[in-house]
Amino acid sequence: MILSVDGVEFSYSSRTVLRDIKFEVNRGEFFAILGNNGAGKSTLLKCLNRILKPETGTILIEKEDLFALSPREVARRLGYVAQRYESARFTVFDAVLLGRKPHIKWGTTARDLEIVRNVLSILGLEEFSLRYLDELSGGELQKVVIARALAQEPRVLLLDEPTSNLDLKNQFEVLTIVKKAARERNIAVVVVMHDLNLALRFADKFLLLKNRTVFACGGMEIMTPENIAGVYGVRVAVERLADIPVVVPL
Amino acid sequence: MRQVVMENIPESYLKYTQRKVFIICLLILLTVLLGVYAINAGSAELSPAQVLLTLLGKAEGRLNIIIWNIRLPRVLAAVTAGVGLSVAGCVMQNLLRNPLASPFTLGISQGAAFGAAVAIIALGAGSTHSTSADAVIINNPYLVTISAFVGAMATTLVVLFLAQVRGVTPEAMVLAGVALGSLFSAATIILQFFASDVQVASIVFWTFGDIGRASWRDLEIMAALTFAALLYFMANRWNYNALDGGEETAKGLGVDVERIRLTGMFAASLVTAVTVSFLGIIGFIGLVGPHMMRRVLGGDHRFLIPASSVMGGLLLLASDTLARTVVSPVVLPVGAITSFMGAPLFLYLLSRGYGKR
Repeated sequence: MILSVDGVEFSYSSRTVLRDIKFEVNRGEFFAILGNNGAGKSTLLKCLNRILKPETGTILIEKEDLFALSPREVARRLGYVAQRYESARFTVFDAVLLGRKPHIKWGTTARDLEIVRNVLSILGLEEFSLRYLDELSGGELQKVVIARALAQEPRVLLLDEPTSNLDLKNQFEVLTIVKKAARERNIAVVVVMHDLNLALRFADKFLLLKNRTVFACGGMEIMTPENIAGVYGVRVAVERLADIPVVVPL
Repeated sequence: MRQVVMENIPESYLKYTQRKVFIICLLILLTVLLGVYAINAGSAELSPAQVLLTLLGKAEGRLNIIIWNIRLPRVLAAVTAGVGLSVAGCVMQNLLRNPLASPFTLGISQGAAFGAAVAIIALGAGSTHSTSADAVIINNPYLVTISAFVGAMATTLVVLFLAQVRGVTPEAMVLAGVALGSLFSAATIILQFFASDVQVASIVFWTFGDIGRASWRDLEIMAALTFAALLYFMANRWNYNALDGGEETAKGLGVDVERIRLTGMFAASLVTAVTVSFLGIIGFIGLVGPHMMRRVLGGDHRFLIPASSVMGGLLLLASDTLARTVVSPVVLPVGAITSFMGAPLFLYLLSRGYGKR
């Protein structure tokens, strides 16, 4: 177990957004957080790396209490890719190098540059490395921010809707890379997703959020038509097509 | 072939960063050369050899006075003020996520002008004398300086208070600055309405901005503060880079965004307030310096902060030298010259667009 969340509650001023959230994520796992718009998925993700501070509950990362760590120590353990990324006038290399920030003391070392080179090659971004971010397409930019989070060498990678602006090819490419990274690096990936079919295809474990709390959590077995209907309020069938599970609204 | 490209990535990246260092060094060299020229240029005919001898302490009395008491402090003050204003603008634009953030848009200059007006009118610090060199002499320059500083810092503290205590967003901080700026402008106009002609002339003259006001003592204070702020900004360069990716991205990288924003804004405002209080209002440097370098070098603060500083110093020195020499012996207001030179250059760079490198 790499990440353990228990009894987490969060509210914006007086409005409760999350209550009694409890789940666990293992090494090498692709963990999908699913739920309606406004169910609190993004809020939950931000609580996991302390961008937002939950009122109660414990979050343990590799058995260490998240709230006892400094922001820099948190950033060394958890990489985060926000839903929106502002593309400033940075080259791709600089943007990925930024992922080394939690590890850098004053200047960059040869090791930092080597890690960046390696991550760029994993994501197939070598030829773009000296391009400016504002000259990239949406798919390329998404790969850059994921590369930055991987360069952070996190134990847990948090992604907020990484495929929402991507075409079909890029959706598959990005999620395949993320899944492979989770396996190879033996890290956990926690992904907020909207597309149930992508989630079924890539995730090992699912967390269904409804009414600000956990509706169900587990493997493929919880992705039943009943549970999905219960969370989204839409009647669905879960079928296998070419041996791939798919959700079809009825 | 692909393999070769991969192997070369860190090398070509290092080459790319070396190019930035080279540009910064080039700007420093240009500033030094212009500085020597600026010491030469003026109504008293000097030769470069005489300048050199004087700086080495081997010249006769008259040259000593001209160079040590007038020309050298002026050149150094122009560079220091340019560095301070430009780097403050650079950091403000980053911290407030707004390309328009500068001492002007945050009301700091207007606050300083109001402070100066209060000193001149209500506290009786100003009157005019007609001399050939200077149209207006302010009786008690320290009172005006301190009062201007109080006005500038008051604006800053109100904006920072709104941010810290009321949790106002960066966008709202800029808007608050604009509101405070117009409030102070209005207050200055009302003060001027009740003032004598002489006092109005003094205020107007003060707001023009004049590098020649700086004494060695002023210069020491300005330089020490600017240098300290520069060190602080450089220590935070990675934080500013992280912030360029958005607030949440920065937090995900372990940046304490609120603290960085508050302390950075305070440091930038302090540098601006001190500079403006000593020299009067010098517009546009804080906007044009950083943006020019952003176009040329990109947004990486490891290079942008030093480059903006040097560019600011160079721009203000060039403006002041032009202001002194173009219709010599009359000295034009340097603030007007900065905009006159900066604006077309800026427009040209804007028109070239972001797409090209």
